[in-house]
Amino acid sequence: MRVVVALKQIPDLVEELELASGGTDVDREFLKFVLNEFDDQALEEALCLKESAGGEVTVVAFDEPDADRTLYTALAKGADRAVKLVGVGEGWLSGHRRAGLLASFLGNAAFDLVLTGVQAADDLDGQLPALLGARAGLPHVSVVVRVELDGPRAKVSQELGGGTVAEEEVQLPAVLGIQTARQAPRYVSISRYREIQQAGGIEEVEIQSSADEPDTYRLRRLFPPDTAGHAEMLTGTPAEVAERIAELIRSKGLVKS
Amino acid sequence: MSNDVLVLAEHQEGRLLETSFELLGKARELADAWGGKVVAVLLGAPDAAAELSAADSVVSCEHPSLAGYNPEAYERALVEILRERDPRLVLFSTTTAGLDLSGAVSVHLRAALVSYVVALSAEGDNALATARIYGGKLLAEVELSGPRSVGAVISGSFPAAFGRAGGTPEVARVDLGHVLGDLRITVTSVVAPEAGDVDITAAELLVSVGRGIGSKDNIELVEELADALGAPLAASRPVVDQGWLPKSRQVGKSGHTVKPKVYLMLGISGAPEHLEGMADAELVIACNTDPAAPVFDVADYGTTLDLFDIADELTRAVKA
Ligand SMILES: Cc1cc2nc3c(=O)[nH]c(=O)nc-3n(C[C@H](O)[C@H](O)[C@H](O)COP(=O)(O)OP(=O)(O)OC[C@H]3O[C@@H](n4cnc5c(N)ncnc54)[C@H](O)[C@@H]3O)c2cc1C
Ligand SMILES: Nc1ncnc2c1ncn2[C@@H]1O[C@H](COP(=O)(O)O)[C@@H](O)[C@H]1O
Repeated sequence: MRVVVALKQIPDLVEELELASGGTDVDREFLKFVLNEFDDQALEEALCLKESAGGEVTVVAFDEPDADRTLYTALAKGADRAVKLVGVGEGWLSGHRRAGLLASFLGNAAFDLVLTGVQAADDLDGQLPALLGARAGLPHVSVVVRVELDGPRAKVSQELGGGTVAEEEVQLPAVLGIQTARQAPRYVSISRYREIQQAGGIEEVEIQSSADEPDTYRLRRLFPPDTAGHAEMLTGTPAEVAERIAELIRSKGLVKS
Repeated sequence: MSNDVLVLAEHQEGRLLETSFELLGKARELADAWGGKVVAVLLGAPDAAAELSAADSVVSCEHPSLAGYNPEAYERALVEILRERDPRLVLFSTTTAGLDLSGAVSVHLRAALVSYVVALSAEGDNALATARIYGGKLLAEVELSGPRSVGAVISGSFPAAFGRAGGTPEVARVDLGHVLGDLRITVTSVVAPEAGDVDITAAELLVSVGRGIGSKDNIELVEELADALGAPLAASRPVVDQGWLPKSRQVGKSGHTVKPKVYLMLGISGAPEHLEGMADAELVIACNTDPAAPVFDVADYGTTLDLFDIADELTRAVKA
C-alpha cells in the first residue's frame, strides 16, 4: 500500500496575525508556521495504515516556512520518503494552484491512496481533498474519521454531521480528507528528530506550475472582524473575575446560594 | 452565462436542512438583484420539492445511488445539472457535502470558489463575499466577477426565514441514470450516534472545555467546577478526539447542538464548527488567554485570565 500524505504549513494561530502591506496577505516574515493540525491527523492515519497493512508512506510539502521541520518530524515518526516541492515561489498559494501542482506531482508518482487534512485555516478558495480529487480525476471523500484497507478498496467512515457516520467503500486510488485519525498523533523525541535531521533525506522535486488554472476571484482585502459584537471583558484578580462570573450565572437563576 | 443562482438543497432522509433555507433566502436576494432565477437542486428526496417554495424552479433527481448521500453520485449529478443550467453562482453550505462538492464543482466548471462565506451581496453585476479565515482571526473580502462562481457558506450566516417565503416553484424531474453508473464509491451503511452518559442538550448550564485544558489529567479540575455548579461538562472536538471526554460531550457541527441559559467556555478558541453547536445559548462567558481569540466576538462576557485560575476560584466562589 503506497500512501502519499500532503502536508501544509500554516501560521500558528496562537500568534498575532499582522497584515503585510497591500493588505491581502498576512505578514509571513515574522510569523511562526506550524503543520496544519488536520494534516497531522492524516499523517497519523497513514502511519497506522502502514503499521496494520504494510506499505510505504510518502509525505509531500511545498517549500513553505518551516516545511523542513515538518518533513523531518514525519520521517522521525515513520514516514518512508519526504518530498519537498520547490520552485513555486513565496507567499500564499491558493487551494486551486496547490491542487494543480500536487496533481502534477502525483502524475509522476506511484500511489494507491492520498491522505490530507479535511481543511486548513487558510483555505480561502476551498479545501484540498476535493480540489485535488477532482483535479486528479480520483474518487474523493472528506471528513473521514477512519480508514481501513480491503484489497483494491478502502473502507472509510465519513462524518455527516451531528455524530452520524456513513460507512463507504472507495475504489483505489483515491483521495481522502482526514478529520481525525484513529488515535492521537504520536510524538517524536528530540533525540530521534536530531538523528533523522542529521541523516538528511528530504528529496527536493522541482514542480512546474501549469498555465491551465481555473478562473479565480479577486481578494480585495483581509481585515480583522469588527469589534462591535465584542464581549464585555471582565478584569481584576482571578478571585474577582470568578465572583463576577458566579454572579452572572446566579442572575440566570442557575446556582443556588 | 445566466444570472441564475443555484442552491444545493441538502436533506437528511428527506428532511431539508435548515441551511438549505438559509441559502435559498440569500439566493433570492441575489437573483432578484441580478434579474435571474433561483434554482434549487434536490437529489434523492422528491417529496421535499414543495417545501422549496422560495425557488423559481426545483431540479429534482431520483436514482438508487442518490437515496442517501454518496459523494461521487452527488458530484456527478450536480455537474451534469450545472452544465445544463449554467448558473452565475452556486451556493453550498460548509457541511460535509459542501466540503466534498464545492471544490470539485469549481474544478469541473472552472468556476471561482470562495469558502467559509459569512456575508454575500450583489455589487452591480458582481458578487461580493466576506469569508472567515485563520480560525476567524481575519475576514477576507472577495470579489466574484467571473461568469461562474461557487460559494460555500458557514451555517447560520443568513436568516432561514427568507428562504421559506411562499411560491409555487416549477419542478423539473431529471433522469441522470447515464452519469450514475460505475460509481467508485458505495455507501454500505449510515450509523446514527449512540446515546451517551449525559444529555448535554437538555442542560441549562454547561461548562465547556477546549484544547486549552492541555491534558487529560487537567480535566479533573474542571470536573470539580462542573460538579460545584451542578452542570455537566461539555467539550470542543479536540478534547473528545484526544479521548479526554466521551463523544457524547462534544458541542458543534459534528457533535451536539446545545441551547443552555449559560454556556461557560474554558480554553476554546471559537472555531465556526464549534460555534455552530452553541449559537443559541442565551448567555456566553468565555475564558481564553488570547485576547484576539475569535470566541470573544460571540461571547457576552470574557476574561483573558488563565482558565486554571478561573476554574479554581470559581469552584471556591460557588462552594462558598
Ligand atoms: C468538518 C469539521 C467538523 C468539526 N466539528 C467540530 C465540532 O463539532 N466541535 C468542535 O468543537 N470543533 C469541531 N471541529 C474542529 C474545529 O475546526 C476546531 O479545530 C476546534 O473547535 C478547536 O477546538 P478548541 O477551541 O478547543 O482548540 P483551539 O482552537 O486549539 O483553542 C484552544 C484555545 O485555548 C486557549 N488557551 C490555551 N491555554 C489556555 C489557558 N491556560 N487558559 C485559557 N485559555 C487557554 C488558546 O488561546 C486557544 O484559543 C470541526 C472541524 C471540521 C473540519
Ligand atoms: N429581502 C431579503 N431577502 C433575502 N435576504 C435578505 C433580505 N433582506 C435582508 N436579507 C439578508 O438577511 C441578512 C440580515 O439582514 P438585516 O436584517 O438587514 O441585517 C443579510 O445577510 C441580508 O443580506
